Amino acid sequence: MTEALLEVTDLKKHYPVRAGVLRRQVGTVHAVDGVSFALGTGETLGLVGESGCGKSTVARSVLRLVEPTSGQIRLDGEDITHLSKTAMRPHRRSMQIVFQDPFASLNPRMTAGDIVGEPIAVHGLATGKELDARVARLFEQVGLRPDQMRNFPHQFSGGQRQRICIARALALGPRLIVCDEPVSALDVSIQAQVINLLIDLQRQHGFSYLFIAHDLAVVAHISHRVAVMYLGRIVEIADKDELFRNPRHPYTQALLASVPVANPLAKKLAPLVDGDVPSPVNPPSGCAFHTRCRFAMERCKTERPALVDAGDGHQVACLLNDGTGRGR
Amino acid sequence: MADKTDLVLDVKNLKTVFFTNSGLFRAVDDLSFSVRRGETLAIVGESGCGKSVTALSLMRLVPDPPGRIVGGSVALEGTDLLALDEAQMRAVRGNRISMIFQEPMTSLNPVMRIGDQIVEAVRLHRHISAKEAQGIAVEMLRLVRIPEPARRAREYPHQLSGGMRQRAMIAMALACRPALLIADEPTTALDVTIQAQILALILDLQKELGTGLVLITHDLGVVAQTAQRVIVMYAGRKVEEASVEALFAAPKHPYTRGLMASIPAVPASGAAAQARLNEIPGTVPSLVRLPQGCAFAPRCKLAIKRCEAEYPPLADWGGGHLAACWRAEEVAEVA
Repeated sequence: MTEALLEVTDLKKHYPVRAGVLRRQVGTVHAVDGVSFALGTGETLGLVGESGCGKSTVARSVLRLVEPTSGQIRLDGEDITHLSKTAMRPHRRSMQIVFQDPFASLNPRMTAGDIVGEPIAVHGLATGKELDARVARLFEQVGLRPDQMRNFPHQFSGGQRQRICIARALALGPRLIVCDEPVSALDVSIQAQVINLLIDLQRQHGFSYLFIAHDLAVVAHISHRVAVMYLGRIVEIADKDELFRNPRHPYTQALLASVPVANPLAKKLAPLVDGDVPSPVNPPSGCAFHTRCRFAMERCKTERPALVDAGDGHQVACLLNDGTGRGR
Repeated sequence: MADKTDLVLDVKNLKTVFFTNSGLFRAVDDLSFSVRRGETLAIVGESGCGKSVTALSLMRLVPDPPGRIVGGSVALEGTDLLALDEAQMRAVRGNRISMIFQEPMTSLNPVMRIGDQIVEAVRLHRHISAKEAQGIAVEMLRLVRIPEPARRAREYPHQLSGGMRQRAMIAMALACRPALLIADEPTTALDVTIQAQILALILDLQKELGTGLVLITHDLGVVAQTAQRVIVMYAGRKVEEASVEALFAAPKHPYTRGLMASIPAVPASGAAAQARLNEIPGTVPSLVRLPQGCAFAPRCKLAIKRCEAEYPPLADWGGGHLAACWRAEEVAEVA
């Protein structure tokens, strides 16, 4: 892997749960509970997991949109975890985000051109004709026509709106783009268009993606490496091909087995896990997955497995077979 | 072909339109299909293709105004639902035909206990005591594999997880043992491990109870794993219908083909990292300004002059594999 652009070490984000008239703290949501990973230049790291696993909180913490409880975030070697708003500002240019819902993330009263041009204007990089020209170029890059700059968000389809969001993220020439479920609100045929656009843009500009999604197929398609999260922790991380060919954590195996395959002759649905994801307010002791795991042993209830290397950078957090996962 | 008496649902030339400020649009246009006892029919398509309006039309729940069913017939066990008055329809709805929706939280009453909601549904259609109905409610919750059903029956929807709520919805929908169950994107709001559980549950119960199932979804993976027959809809019309095996083996309509090519697969092993997906250019057309000919023509690689001028009829390409495309024969060779 090339030099790390982003390094996250032991990131934690806990939210207090308050109740009663005195708003006393009655519990803690362990949204993110000790997450570490590195992301290289030009690389795409996919972050998958089910709702409530903390993947979006990781994304927002990386961008300092939520303040982490503890841990460290390094961008280009510099620790940005505790920078003030002003000190953070120059770094904001190098990190951008594309959200899930292109309907909620665009100001309905601004024209598409103004939305895309705003970050450039805010950072004082261009004005007037030059600004217009830059915005027009961005529109072309994401497959929109420059004459659509005068239109308002409601005049665009869902896929086109997501293109506007991508153009806005590109405006400042970022090095890292966090994509938080960027295609899950789109139709299948449009989804493919946006995924292709994201891949093409990365090839041209060489930036990195932290790509968050619940859809394993989408993540498998766009990522170089994939991390699987469960209840606030990474349970497995590996190169994409390795992870999908050789999943070691029982949770990853269950996730993969749950995806309905678009082939009527292939294996029928076989749910490998029962029950629901436990609440992150009082996560299970030991390995958080032990309550649903087919292979759970006594030790799993008390010992929390660390993420260990099982060879070739394939890391897994499971006590099975001396920490190599391997359920089958 | 199957015996006529085996047909649970027989829809003929269904037409549902909406009158809006920007004009009249045909949400469902001339749609025909049937479902046999114990059979699963999947209806697939993207947003705005008319699949959900089809479901609402079968239930006679299309909001009027602006919508109205303007033609066709919907025969459920031989009775045309479109000819019933509202009181007669109420006796059928939730009894012989029921529906589960995508979002269980918005379809359950938040201030009523789960058990009571099932009791209400049962007692609406059967003259039994509250106590007997309560027993049925608990039995239904057990049937959908909710642990500790008696305790859960006394809980409110917010106390259940998303997967549990969808199980409760299914329990309610099946409480009167309907002949036909319509499931409109029943697992779209759920996580993938829960989705697998719910789909397996629906199929098990269907087999056990012999219910006909219309499954509406946008997910071709779900279709492949659950359905026996599939209808593909585009811009309000049926563009293709086939057995699930035939459809996935050799789709006849370019739209179906395009859809299948545009879904990324798990695992993508062997494929180079970040291979480009096949995309269908453009977007779904507005139903208000539909082209005169084939609605898919503007996005179709195979479109010829004729496609823009004339709407292709649904033709049988053998073994009940229907497709509405002038160039269906060539689809397999090209693309």
